[in-house]
Amino acid sequence: MEFFTEYGTILILLAALCGFFMAWGVGANDVANAMGTSVGSKALTIKQAILIAMVFEFAGAYLAGGEVTSTIRKGIVDSAIFQERPEDLVFGMLSALLAAGFWLAIASYRGWPVSTTHSIVGAIVGFAAVGVSADAVHWSKVGTIVMSWLISPVMAGTISFLLFRSVQHLILLQDDPFTKAKRYIPIYMFFVGFLIAMVTLLKGLKHVFKDNGMSLSFFENAMIASAVGVLVATIGSYLLTRVKRDISLEADNRFANVERVFAVLMIFTACSMAFAHGSNDVANAVGPLAAVVSIVTSEGNISAKAIMPPWILLLGGAGIVVGLATYGFKVMGTIGRKITELTPSRGFAAELGAAGTVVIASGTGLPISTTHTLVGAVLGVGLARGIGALNLQMVGSIFLSWLVTLPAGAGLSILFFFCFKAAFGQ
Amino acid sequence: MTLGNSISNIFGVSPIKPLQNHMAEVINCVSKLEDFLNTAFDDDWDKAATVFDAISANEQSADDLKKQFRIHMPKSLFMPVSRGDLLSILTQQDHIANLTKDICGIILGRQMAIPKALRSDFIGFADSSVETCKKAHGAINELDELLETGFAGSEVKFVQKLIRELATQEQKVDKKELKLRKKLFNLEAELPPVNVMFMYNIIDQVGALADTAEQIGNQVELLLAK
Repeated sequence: MEFFTEYGTILILLAALCGFFMAWGVGANDVANAMGTSVGSKALTIKQAILIAMVFEFAGAYLAGGEVTSTIRKGIVDSAIFQERPEDLVFGMLSALLAAGFWLAIASYRGWPVSTTHSIVGAIVGFAAVGVSADAVHWSKVGTIVMSWLISPVMAGTISFLLFRSVQHLILLQDDPFTKAKRYIPIYMFFVGFLIAMVTLLKGLKHVFKDNGMSLSFFENAMIASAVGVLVATIGSYLLTRVKRDISLEADNRFANVERVFAVLMIFTACSMAFAHGSNDVANAVGPLAAVVSIVTSEGNISAKAIMPPWILLLGGAGIVVGLATYGFKVMGTIGRKITELTPSRGFAAELGAAGTVVIASGTGLPISTTHTLVGAVLGVGLARGIGALNLQMVGSIFLSWLVTLPAGAGLSILFFFCFKAAFGQ
Repeated sequence: MTLGNSISNIFGVSPIKPLQNHMAEVINCVSKLEDFLNTAFDDDWDKAATVFDAISANEQSADDLKKQFRIHMPKSLFMPVSRGDLLSILTQQDHIANLTKDICGIILGRQMAIPKALRSDFIGFADSSVETCKKAHGAINELDELLETGFAGSEVKFVQKLIRELATQEQKVDKKELKLRKKLFNLEAELPPVNVMFMYNIIDQVGALADTAEQIGNQVELLLAK
C-alpha cells in the first residue's frame, strides 16, 4: 500500500518515541515500586537495586515477556476486522500509546495510584470499540484480563500469607530462630530459582528450542528448573555462611540477627521481582510498538507472521534503564525511606508472593498490574499480623483508580485516534 | 511527578515504636519521683522545685508524644492489634506521668512535712510503685518482638511471664500501702487534720501509679488474646 511507503518511517518513529516514553515511565515509577521493598528493608542499597533491576528487568522482558507482548499486540483487538484498513490499527496503536502515556503523566502529577497496564488496555479497547466497531474487540479476552486484575492481588495475598505463616512456624516461633533461619532459607531460595527457570523454559525459550528442532517434555523442564533451583540455593547457602551472629544487635530487638539472614534471601526475591516485572510490564510499552512496526514493515499485511525485531525489545529495555537512571533512583530512595516498617522477613514474603503471581500471569499472557499485585501481597502479610500498620484507604483508592483509568485511557485514545486520522487525511 | 502511585503509600506509621517512645518518656518522668521525695524530706525546697521542673518537662513532652501518636492513628489503619487497645494503653501510660506531676505538685505547693516516722516506709512504698511502672515499661518494650513473631509462640509466653511479675509487684505495693496507712492512722491524732488529709491523698495517688501500671499489663495481655 502506498500509504505505508509514504508515511511508514514517520509512523514507526512516532511509535518508537511513544513506546520509549512509556518504557521511561515504567522505569521511573513502576520499577521503584517493585524494588522499593528491598531498599526499604535495607537488604539492598539503591545502587545495587538499580543494577539488579537493569539486569533482571531486561532478562524478564527478553526471556519471558513474549506472551504478554503478543496479547497486547494482537490479543485484545480482532485483527481480521482490520484486514481491509490496516492503517486504522496503526493509528489506533499509536493513539493507545500516546493516551496511556498522557494519562500516566497526568496521574503521576496528581498523585493517583494508576497502573500502566490498566491504562494501555483501556486505551486499546477504547479506540477499537468506539473508533472502529464494537466487534473489533475480543471481549472474552478482555473479560479474562479484567478478571485477572481482580484475582492477581488476591492470589498474591494468599501466597504471601502462606509464605509468612510458614516462616513463622519454621523460624520465628522456634527457640533458636537464627539457626533455623539459616537451615530453612535455602529452601525458599530454591523456589525462587525454580520459578524463574520454569517460566523461562516453558514460555521464553520455547521458540528458541523449536527453531533448533528441540523439544523438552514438561518433566524434563521441571528437572532443569530444579537443577537451577538447587544451584541458586547453593549460592545462597554460601552467602548465608558469611552472616555471623552479632549479639550486640540483639539488645534492642532479639530478632535483629534473624532479619540479617532474611536480608540475604531478599536479594534473591528482589531479582525474581525485577524479572517478573520485566516479563509483564515491558510489554505495555513494547506491545503496541511491535504491532505498528509489523504492520508497516509488511506494508499492511496484518496476518503475516512477522517475528518481532530485536531492536523493539532493546528499545523497551533501554527506556526502562534510562527511566531508572534519570528518575527511578530518586523514587526508589523515597520509597525505601518510607517503608522501613517492612522487615526482610516480611518483604521477602510479599515480594515472592507478588513475583510468583506476576510470572505465572506473564506465562499465560495476561497483562496484570505489578504494583497492585504487590499491594495485595503486602496485605496478605498484614493479615498474618506481620505489619505494624497498613493504610486501608490506599486499597480503596487503588480500586477506584482502576475504575477511572479504563474510561480515561479509552477516552483519550479515541480522541487521539480521530486526530491521527484527520492529520494523515484518512 | 509526585510519588502518588507508589507502593509506599500503603504503609502507615507503625504504632509500636511511638508507643514505646511515649512510655520511655513517662518512665523518665516517674523515675524522678524518688529524687524528688528525698529532696523534699530534706526540706531542700529549692532543689525540690528544680526536680519538679524536670518532672513537668517530662510530663509535657509525654503529652506531646501522646498527641502525635493520636494524630497518626486514623480509623483507616489496618493493624495487628486493635486501635482501641492501643489508645487505651496510651491513655494509661500518660496517666502515670500526670499522677507523678500531681503528687510532686501537691507536696511542693504545700511544702508538705511528712512525719519522720513515716519517711522510710513512704520512700519504700513509692519506690516499689515506680518499680511497677518500670515493669510495665518492660512489657511495652516487648511489643516489637511480639510484632516480629506475629503475636504467637514462645514470645507470647515470655510476655505473659512479664505481666505476671508485674501483677506480683503490684500486690507488694498494695501491702506496703496498707502498712503505711496504718502507721499514719496511729499518728494522725497528733497531726494537723488538713495535712493528714493531704497525706492520705498522696498515698492514694502513689498507689494509683502501681494500679495504672498493672492496668497497662492487663491491656497488653488483651493484645495477646486471639
